Amino acid sequence: MTFFRQILSRLGRATINSIWRLGEASVFMARVVSRSSIVLRRPRLLVAEIHFAGVLSLVIIIVSGLFVGLVLGLQGYETLKRYGSTGAVGTLVALSLVRELGPVVAALLFASRAGSAITAKIGIMKTTEQLSAMEMMAVDPHARVVAPMFWGGFISMPLLAAIFSAMGIIGGYLITVVVIGVDSGAFWSQMQSSVDFHHDILNGVIKSVVFGAAVSAIAVYEGYASVPTAEGVSRAVTRTVVTSALAVLALDFVLTAFMFTGAH
Amino acid sequence: MERSNVDLWVGVFVAFGIGALLFLALKAGNVDSIIKSEGYKVSAEFDNIGGLKPKAPVKSAGVIVGRVESVTFSNQSLRAVVRLNLDKQFQFPADSSVSILTSGLLGDQFVGIDPGGALENLEDGDRVRITQSAIVLEKVIGQFLYGKMSEKDTD
Repeated sequence: MTFFRQILSRLGRATINSIWRLGEASVFMARVVSRSSIVLRRPRLLVAEIHFAGVLSLVIIIVSGLFVGLVLGLQGYETLKRYGSTGAVGTLVALSLVRELGPVVAALLFASRAGSAITAKIGIMKTTEQLSAMEMMAVDPHARVVAPMFWGGFISMPLLAAIFSAMGIIGGYLITVVVIGVDSGAFWSQMQSSVDFHHDILNGVIKSVVFGAAVSAIAVYEGYASVPTAEGVSRAVTRTVVTSALAVLALDFVLTAFMFTGAH
Repeated sequence: MERSNVDLWVGVFVAFGIGALLFLALKAGNVDSIIKSEGYKVSAEFDNIGGLKPKAPVKSAGVIVGRVESVTFSNQSLRAVVRLNLDKQFQFPADSSVSILTSGLLGDQFVGIDPGGALENLEDGDRVRITQSAIVLEKVIGQFLYGKMSEKDTD
């Protein structure tokens, strides 16, 4: 009997804990967003954070996008060859990148490249008591540190996803048209006739905006809520990557269910 | 890093990102779907539309002249009603016929227009009288098998 009691109370504690964390995160994000006017008053802070989150992620995004496109092109070609419709490889590459792979893989890379860096930066500022020092000087760290980081990630992510998709399409073009020798006209025209601006590209952009908000919010919150020790910061960084990956994949399912099913 | 250097790189990043978006919109997607082209609407009734879907192309002599706007079912005639949105720059005689065709053996279905010889042109809201339904592969195979069977019986 005491055994069951123990298990149930552990479950209850875990539930209350996670709800409490969710509430704390919401209050934190509400505070950050409400203090975001600093981003407009001092745009240089935002520019520095876009550099930190976006520009420094550029290389990994470009290289991965290119390779994902190359692999998609090769695999798509091998499969479509059996049905004699290799011209459709452009459609396959473009649709899978614009709708799913671009936003999702870019968000996963963004979480592990920029999200972890944001968490570590805020966590170490907290460990070395820089945040407390700011508070002592009546500078609100939510506004001065967290808000520019959040908006920097929020703005960078859709741009990175678009670059990823574009590089992937170029990669698919290189492998199928230049290397294998699929007809260039068929590649582009079949792609253009089946990729719709509103239905495919705009929905992909909406996805990347949602993922950017989610990953940036998780990263800044985990950094701010980290235990101010070396171990605490390392755990916070791990949690950022794991939680962001799960959040991106779960959100992707929900968004896809809304966007691409039902009456078209 | 120096301030102006940061500015420069962020500028490059943003320009690159917007360039990628434009590339996706203009090169990968079709520009026609952004700008809603002026068109006129024509409807046609079919016995069977097969797998025709909205947004399927409408072609005449192989050239895309419009898109399928909607596919509905009429309770009065008990047939499928297909509304076509045709580009204004293409005009067709009023006695043109429309048929549902398939691109390739297993490809998507589209609507083909065969121009007639009337002096007046189709106008907005008109109904095309002469239609030819989609060929349903199962029916064709069924008829073929049935024909073979009856051939055997007569032998």
